[in-house]
Amino acid sequence: MTSVNAILAKELRSYFVSPVVYVVGAVFLLIFGVLSYLAVVNAGTQAVRMMQIQGAAAQLNLNDLVFRPTFYSAAIVILLVLPILTMRLFAEERKLRTFELLMTSPIRLNEVVIGKFLGAYLIFLGMLALTGIVPLILSVFSSFDWRPVLTGYLGLALMGALFLATGLFASALTENQIVAAFLSFGLLILVWLLGALGSVLGDNPIGNTISYLSFIEHYDRLVRGLVDTKDLIYYVSGMVLMLFLAHRVVESQRWR
Amino acid sequence: MIEVQNITKRYGDFTAIDRVTFTVDKGEVLAFLGPNGAGKTTAMRILTCFMPATEGVARVAGFDCFDQPIEVKRRIGYLPEHPPLYQELTVTEYLTFVGRIKGMGAEDLRSGLDRVMERLALGDVRHRLIANLSRGYQQRVGLAQALLHDPPVLILDEPTLGLDPKQIIEIRELIKSLAGSHTVILSTHILPEATAVCQRVVIINNGRIVAVDSPEGLSARLRQSEKIRVTVKAPPADLANRFRALPGILSVFEPTESGAFLLEYELGQDRRDELARFVVDNGWGLLELKTVSMTLEDVFLRLTQHEEGLE
Repeated sequence: MTSVNAILAKELRSYFVSPVVYVVGAVFLLIFGVLSYLAVVNAGTQAVRMMQIQGAAAQLNLNDLVFRPTFYSAAIVILLVLPILTMRLFAEERKLRTFELLMTSPIRLNEVVIGKFLGAYLIFLGMLALTGIVPLILSVFSSFDWRPVLTGYLGLALMGALFLATGLFASALTENQIVAAFLSFGLLILVWLLGALGSVLGDNPIGNTISYLSFIEHYDRLVRGLVDTKDLIYYVSGMVLMLFLAHRVVESQRWR
Repeated sequence: MIEVQNITKRYGDFTAIDRVTFTVDKGEVLAFLGPNGAGKTTAMRILTCFMPATEGVARVAGFDCFDQPIEVKRRIGYLPEHPPLYQELTVTEYLTFVGRIKGMGAEDLRSGLDRVMERLALGDVRHRLIANLSRGYQQRVGLAQALLHDPPVLILDEPTLGLDPKQIIEIRELIKSLAGSHTVILSTHILPEATAVCQRVVIINNGRIVAVDSPEGLSARLRQSEKIRVTVKAPPADLANRFRALPGILSVFEPTESGAFLLEYELGQDRRDELARFVVDNGWGLLELKTVSMTLEDVFLRLTQHEEGLE
């Protein structure tokens, strides 16, 4: 456990002395802010229209009009942003040969993998926590149901973990950070598209299985406020699978 | 302390090291000597459990490198050929990280840091970023990393690479001071370095061990032949062959300068007299004739270029 802590502390340190975290964090927060602002403005125009039609202040649902579209857009944003956080994790170690230090120290490879993953995940959770300012401000001026907002955040946190684990795996495959980032974009977009592919194949076992593999359907339920163990298991098992693959890839490189 | 038996490492069709066997006793300093690409780094990487051998057994302090890598790694300090440094950290941060992944407690770490900072004169740069250090300092930080947890076994791949002459002497002194209490394997292609710090030299070429002996022993072993350098003013084209035809001459090398020949003959049979007469009688003009004593340098070239002629 102390080894995991050591790796984690070093990763956090490396993130904060490089500009990557600041750039990635700023871009993510800016886009999230703009998206939620647009959603609020859109909700405002809809409210005015409803008032004209019904002649009275209609009960508008912020959950439906603001949070749900924002969460859907945020999924795309983290898909574009998180591979940038993970691309250096193993690629850089190998390029700079510090990998040799890690692999000749009395620590286990899974401790390295977990330490690196946790480092990236804490950064992501920090970014996510900062977006909490949006619902906080809205709660001052309006009232809405907090529960779907929280499950939406749970969905983002789970999906982010899966994205980061995929990015870590991609980074283990290459020495080149750009290739690592591009590989994780590719993998994530492909898995995303499995949802569409599944619905094309129709409501049969094959189609349903393929749709199940896409992360977006599971996220959709969480954003609607439905917490189903099936979805939680999907994300956790996907993350574990990716971390396991990263471990195997790194391990196999020693044998060549 | 270190036992290596029939280690072979293949990368696809390429055999990096081939049935290498040697042992290192506790407190001994051993040098791997060999040209670039001879397999020194591969042997070190197997010993440090960085990669497994294709065949064979390697043991460090009684622990098998394949079955008990963690135990082996605990006992080894390793300086790879390229010092594994995180450019974005300061020297203190980096060494603290290394100490923690080596499993050092807070107390050990503090005293270890003070010790290596002093030994390698890193005190002045302890709060500087590694990226901003000179090559020499970076190499010393790499060494500090290997020494930090005071391991009984040190494996140093080209420890004096990139240092200036004064630093090289300091590092050699440091390695000598480790002898006795630590078991050290270092690799080098600089011969005086091996002579200066090591009790035993393993010469590797093309993945095979060509010789294992003390530096003195190696040159003694090869001094079963003696060499004469002959420089001739106007040599005929087939002079080398004519020399070869002389009695007692074992071999003839033709160095790059024209007219110079290196003749090798059996120990105790001084042929200078006959040689001089041979050259002068034929009217080729004798410019120089002297015996050449074998340095480790010759031994090395001999062994790595003409392995078959060793025994």
